[in-house]
Amino acid sequence: MSVELPRKRIIGYGDELSVAPGETIAFKASCEGLESYEASIVRLISADLHPDGRGWIDEPVTSDVDGSYRAREQAIPAGSWAVVPAKPCLCAETFTVAAWIWPTTPLKGEQVLARRMTPDGTRGWSLGIDSAGTLSMQVATTQGVVSVSTGMTLGNRVWCFVGASVDGETGTVTVWQRPQKSWPGHDATDEAQALFKGAVHAGGLPLTFAAAFERKDGEQTFGTGFYNGKIEAPRLYRTALGGAEAQARQEAPDSQKSLISAWDFGRDITGTRISDISANQAHGHVLNVPTRGMKGHNWTGEVLDWKAAPHQYGAIHFHDDDIHDCGWQTDFSLTVPKDWKSGIYAARLQSGEDRDYIPFVVLPPRGEATADVLFLMPSASYMAYANEHSASHGGGFMQSFSNGLSGLSAQDLLLNERPDLGYSLYDVHSDGSGVAYSSRLRPILNIRPGVTNAWVGPAGTFPWQFNADLPLLDFMNHHGIACDVATDEDLHREGLGLLSRYQVVMTGSHPEYYSKPMLDGLQAYTERGGRLMYLGGNGFYWRVAYHADLPGVLELRRGEDGIRDWVAEGGEYYHSFDGSYGGMWERQGRPIHALAGVGMAGQGFDSSTYYRRTPDSHDPRAAFIFEGIEDELIGDFGTVGGGAAGIEVDRCDFSKGSPPNTLVLASSEGLSDTYYPGPEEIDNASPLIDGSQNPNLRADLTFMETSGGGAVFSTGSIAWMGSLTWNGFDNNVAQIMRNVLKRFRDTEPF
Amino acid sequence: MTPIDPARKDLVEEFRHKTTGHQSGDLRRMLNAMRTHPDLPHYILVCTRPQQEWRLATKVPGRHTAVELLDHPPFHDPRDAEWAVFRLRWSTLFGEELPHER
Repeated sequence: MSVELPRKRIIGYGDELSVAPGETIAFKASCEGLESYEASIVRLISADLHPDGRGWIDEPVTSDVDGSYRAREQAIPAGSWAVVPAKPCLCAETFTVAAWIWPTTPLKGEQVLARRMTPDGTRGWSLGIDSAGTLSMQVATTQGVVSVSTGMTLGNRVWCFVGASVDGETGTVTVWQRPQKSWPGHDATDEAQALFKGAVHAGGLPLTFAAAFERKDGEQTFGTGFYNGKIEAPRLYRTALGGAEAQARQEAPDSQKSLISAWDFGRDITGTRISDISANQAHGHVLNVPTRGMKGHNWTGEVLDWKAAPHQYGAIHFHDDDIHDCGWQTDFSLTVPKDWKSGIYAARLQSGEDRDYIPFVVLPPRGEATADVLFLMPSASYMAYANEHSASHGGGFMQSFSNGLSGLSAQDLLLNERPDLGYSLYDVHSDGSGVAYSSRLRPILNIRPGVTNAWVGPAGTFPWQFNADLPLLDFMNHHGIACDVATDEDLHREGLGLLSRYQVVMTGSHPEYYSKPMLDGLQAYTERGGRLMYLGGNGFYWRVAYHADLPGVLELRRGEDGIRDWVAEGGEYYHSFDGSYGGMWERQGRPIHALAGVGMAGQGFDSSTYYRRTPDSHDPRAAFIFEGIEDELIGDFGTVGGGAAGIEVDRCDFSKGSPPNTLVLASSEGLSDTYYPGPEEIDNASPLIDGSQNPNLRADLTFMETSGGGAVFSTGSIAWMGSLTWNGFDNNVAQIMRNVLKRFRDTEPF
Repeated sequence: MTPIDPARKDLVEEFRHKTTGHQSGDLRRMLNAMRTHPDLPHYILVCTRPQQEWRLATKVPGRHTAVELLDHPPFHDPRDAEWAVFRLRWSTLFGEELPHER
């Protein structure tokens, strides 16, 4: 047939997400089959391409970026591993290499565990898993290459002590594997030997774990032969040991004369370093953020926090599809002119019909506010969903989940084709383990104007996240209300200091992921007279951690409870980046009800509905909100499912911490039966669970005053913003927004 | 899982007129059984013009498997696509052709 799948040929990213005037952002692009492209900067106003939306509205902005650029393809060095730079002390003609491993794809093909060998395999040694899933050691000398394998397939997710010794005097190479646990008929214990000629010289070669060094290209380092699974406590000895002897020595390595190096991955868990605790101090570092703070073979189950017993968390889980920083060369840079106003911008890269928009935020000048209203762009949530694969990987489950067919975009098709673009916090790695880290230093194809999520709404037609938030800026722009923009990362760095410069702070439609500095900042803001407009649903739900040394990298351990597309292993609920307990804020004694008046009630993705006003909406305290509104139904229209209440909805719940002065102004009616509560709402399942039967499953529109003269207005619905632009902004949702903004911007205390 | 009852033409009619949103419990059970049926292809849409045009495709369940366009006219309304896929599934399961019109 003549029709071809749509293809995205230009992808790129910026090295920053937000920049202030005078600061510089570098853009990096990769183009497939193109000679050149035109670049320019636009200010984004609207990208709601829904038939009932406002369509595409941007404002071209002249800058030094404008021009034609040579197109090129740039590769992504995906896959996590560890590298110890070459050091003379690592060399010995007779030696033993050993480690505990927990392989998660033993049968995926050849995988490197530890290696000092030239890329062409002609000199050095390499310990790994062979194509049959058995432990294998290869030695390469001037007289040839010898490989020896145990012949027993390693168990999947079974701890196994593995290693190999090379006896330079006898020319013998021995390899062994000693599982921690065996079952009748499933004992993978084995050992094998072979003879080799010549001497094994690995001088000048780095030692790598979980992959082989392939090549260096500029700032990029490429590996190959990636291993999936955990590695714990690798050791290097200057003697040839058998498996039993090496295992016996494993427990007290630093007192042994034959010891060359002993790497303790239970140290430096928050960082990128791997520490050699021997006197040789052959330290190394990890690449592409493998998961740290992971249980080792010696985990007892008595300790759940790696900080309390780091020696029990001495494992690193490597994945062949981890990615931190693509490390691409810069195509062009933009130094933000001093006179650019704060907002959401994008670098537009275009070649004929092919184009990409790389969004970024222009902040107000550092330490200043240029408006009394701040839009807090929920970038942590964007990052959590970055390059999500649910539609393409979810099969029939996703069709039932969203009650309809998914609609894959060109972006989705490219993500389906290229695992090297990395995953979202909703995906799992190729070995089935959850993706706990997300980095923005890669092309993120679903944080793009006009791009909806493939499974949200029939054929993915409902605006979502970034595109669901743009109508708010369209609304502000339409009404001429100045509005600064900052990101979650800015809030994480600056905390209350950022927010305190504003009379009003507005959230996005789905500010789901919050670090402690972010939540503390927002909480303090509302308690000191700030006015918060929580314009979404399922907000402030997960506790996340940002990496202290790697800007733009986010972590979430999906532990204990909540809506989880994967679940962290027991005992691995603590973030490696900052040692905090991962999971729901509600489970940590900080339900969002106390902050926002509402908290997550449930979700469904096929349609939205309206709110019906309650008697509270006629309370004099709320009179300013409904000024000029006679309607009983609020938001029975919109681009996100046809109503302002839907997709993910929150309710007021005084038993969960909603302040006693919370006014429930309106509540949704008629959510469909594809709506379900989150697991945290189902302590004991009953038939009263889905949208049409569950009285607790609703969106509540709420208002409350806070101490210090502040106030909080909450919509409890992701779909709210999709109704703002309806009928040329002439609708009761937009009128409520105008009313609330007018009063919230007034400095008169509540 | 409740078996799909080919005699329940009332559910077919219900879906034909209401492909999403509020649906009866019996229809939802039928849809879930069809969508996850192990013997049926995994149908999916490919968006060829944002919010305007979709084409029918299949994808082998799993990670990074191929998406293949089917020889089918494009859709300009997701509800038409839902009905078309329902008809395809019904035809495969029961050998019965349902009306083309939605």
